[in-house]
Amino acid sequence: MPKVYKIRKGLNIPLKGEAEKVFTRTEQAEAYAIKPIDFPGITPKLSVREGDKVLTGSSLFYDKHHPEVLFTSPVSGTVELIRRGEQRRILEVVVTPDKNQEYIAFGAADPKTLTREQVIEKMLKSGVWPTIRQRPYGIVANIKDVPKAIHISAFDTAPLAPDMDFSVKDEVEAFQLGIDALSRLTHGVIHLNVNAEYLPNNVFSKAKGVQVNQFTGPHPAGNVGIQIHHIEPINKGDIVWTVNPLDVIIIGRLFKKGQYDATKVIALAGSEVLKPRYYIIKTGASIQNIVKGNLTQPAENLRFISGNVLTGKKINENGFFGFYDNMVTVIPEGNHYEFLGWVSPGFSKYSASRTFMSKLFPRKAYKLHTNLNGGERAYVMSGQYEKVLPMDIYPVHLIKAIITNDIDKMEQLGIYEVVEEDFALCEYVCTSKIEVQEILRKGIETVIKELG
Amino acid sequence: MKALRNYIDKIKPNFQKGAKFGMFHSTFDAFETFLFVPNKVTTKGSHIRDFVDMKRTMTVVITALIPTLLFGMWNVGYQHSLMIGENWTLWQNFWFGFLKVLPLLIVSYGVGLGIEFAFAQSRGHEVNEGFLVTGILIPLVLPVGVPLWMVAIATAFSVIIGKEVFGGTGMNVFNPALLARAFLFFAYPSHMSGDNVWVAGLAHGAKAVDGFSGATPLSNAASYHIDSIPSTYDMFMGYIPGSIGETSKLAILIGAAILLITGIGSWRIMLSVVIGGLSAGFLFNILSVNPYMDVPAWQHLIMGGFAFGAVFMATDPVTAAQTNKGKWIFGFLVGFMALLVRVLNPAYPEGMMLSILLMNAFAPLIDHYVVQANIKKRLKRAQKVAQ
Repeated sequence: MPKVYKIRKGLNIPLKGEAEKVFTRTEQAEAYAIKPIDFPGITPKLSVREGDKVLTGSSLFYDKHHPEVLFTSPVSGTVELIRRGEQRRILEVVVTPDKNQEYIAFGAADPKTLTREQVIEKMLKSGVWPTIRQRPYGIVANIKDVPKAIHISAFDTAPLAPDMDFSVKDEVEAFQLGIDALSRLTHGVIHLNVNAEYLPNNVFSKAKGVQVNQFTGPHPAGNVGIQIHHIEPINKGDIVWTVNPLDVIIIGRLFKKGQYDATKVIALAGSEVLKPRYYIIKTGASIQNIVKGNLTQPAENLRFISGNVLTGKKINENGFFGFYDNMVTVIPEGNHYEFLGWVSPGFSKYSASRTFMSKLFPRKAYKLHTNLNGGERAYVMSGQYEKVLPMDIYPVHLIKAIITNDIDKMEQLGIYEVVEEDFALCEYVCTSKIEVQEILRKGIETVIKELG
Repeated sequence: MKALRNYIDKIKPNFQKGAKFGMFHSTFDAFETFLFVPNKVTTKGSHIRDFVDMKRTMTVVITALIPTLLFGMWNVGYQHSLMIGENWTLWQNFWFGFLKVLPLLIVSYGVGLGIEFAFAQSRGHEVNEGFLVTGILIPLVLPVGVPLWMVAIATAFSVIIGKEVFGGTGMNVFNPALLARAFLFFAYPSHMSGDNVWVAGLAHGAKAVDGFSGATPLSNAASYHIDSIPSTYDMFMGYIPGSIGETSKLAILIGAAILLITGIGSWRIMLSVVIGGLSAGFLFNILSVNPYMDVPAWQHLIMGGFAFGAVFMATDPVTAAQTNKGKWIFGFLVGFMALLVRVLNPAYPEGMMLSILLMNAFAPLIDHYVVQANIKKRLKRAQKVAQ
């Protein structure tokens, strides 16, 4: 029997607009983009110029510090645009797809018959390597490391998150091949962390060569960082790798077909989507196709988020899916004033605190907007973060250590065990409106810079 | 509301930095955000944020204080009517007290907010809401007879020396309201202790009827006049002399309920203060070398400022311990020390104020050890794996 870990702390934010379990096919997206900002810590160097022809699996850019790590095109077509921001920083490499998709052949193979080096090489060349991220730091894995273990969270508890069991349906073979490939990369265990509250899909329950762990509880129980903390907390010097289940399938397809097939099932959700549903897309696709004509109000009043409302990135209505994201959320912008809002009874104001009437008359789901709902203050309240962080960590003390740039303290207080998504709920509930996730990433960057 | 919003939008440019009234930027911002929750949206991190903010939190605390304030006003009148031996109606009592307490409130808010605004302005910060609570707490912990100019000085002292020099709300070490009280207690002891300061008019030679004493239960007990301690019912309901807000345990319990239901006040601290107080009380009951030690442990909870301190003062999130384990230790010691000071030190009849201030000073140390234990645990784990 797999071990059941019960997570007690946390919070499920009841948002309106959950995706209905229906697959919707869409036309080929008009454009695809890979965004260097999805990969914290890398310095992108371009392999292509605007106007170049690329095949599926051709390198678009690579990391200056690890030139072997390629970031490749999910489609064949033409490099339409290299969008740059301040100081010519590369924001997006946009590719317009051809009608007929051509793939670079990386050669199908059974990963069990390959050596570790051969597996890594295939993954690097095709561009699926960046799907593997390492803890600590939440950055793309380094091929020189041999991780202690690999963790896969088979469910997502974030607000409106897609049902992973639904998303991976019918991919038994590819998922198993992906697991086989991953098993060549570590001497340790591959942990498959499933939700104990229901029977997992065949894809997960039939997986071989994994150790299944069960979790129950509110968000962030589905965050792989929380799961690692409960299974085998990361100590200084430890390295474990993490992969999303959708990406395991993409890895599996590489070995099955010898192609970089970045097709995945994602959810379109949020209160402002007319028909929230599941879509089959490719990594980096423009969201234009799926949101067009599917919104309750004009796009200028809306916030488009690649990812969930807690950790996702803001994009516009023509924006592109993030590399690791499994959903797009659309919620209303909150750029309006509210007269004496802080004193209103708040029947429709969902709050983790118990200071609004919504606690007495709870609704099933709430429509929440992007207003900050107050001004930034110094820390006043205590004990708020601890209620939503199921880890043996003192979050406020860690954040303060980062603010004062005290690296020893950051290390002692457990910065190796966390990434932004684990602290996202702390940021949500914060009375003082502190930008917790940004501060945490700065701390992680400082640690990487100082300690290597 | 639209008209008001438009008007604010119209005058707003005048208060931007560099504009004509740029120097009042923070003041303007404070009033604007008071009237309207700003239209600022999230740009980084989580796209949605909880509706709770500092204004909401402070509003809840003020709401919780209102029962004690209203009862305090009534009781000021009631005690006065007892002193002059007249039988006043509820409204007469309340109106008399209202007129006595209102000036204290106005002075405390006026001085405190004035300083807060000035500091926020000079730092270019938004005005923090913390003083909205402190401003009401200060009069509530003072005897009604205290002169207004003293309140002004004490408030200024507590805001400047107690808070702003440390960086403002959230950075202070000591509870500002108690610091104001302590300042007066040590600087002007004759106005803060004794039997004559607790009833309006008594100190100024007003004629008290025979048999009337303005002594608080604590001073009765401290002078071993255990028989003179009022009945439990009177002490619970608050028909006794004392600081304005501290007398009615019923009103304080209503406040405690509001703080606990909304989750704004820490139940860990409230409970552990009571446990600490009871432990010390039982200890005294066992030792029982003088009449004061014989006062039942539970009775201490309804005497003096113990209940008020436990609910409204010890729970101040900034100056209390901030870790959950630390809160238990902090609260227990607050309660325990309060009784030690009360019973063993006849110079200070009220131990709650000193005990909380003392533990405020130790709270960071308590947290330090709690956090250090977490650090050690993490180190140990790493070593165990390494072996």
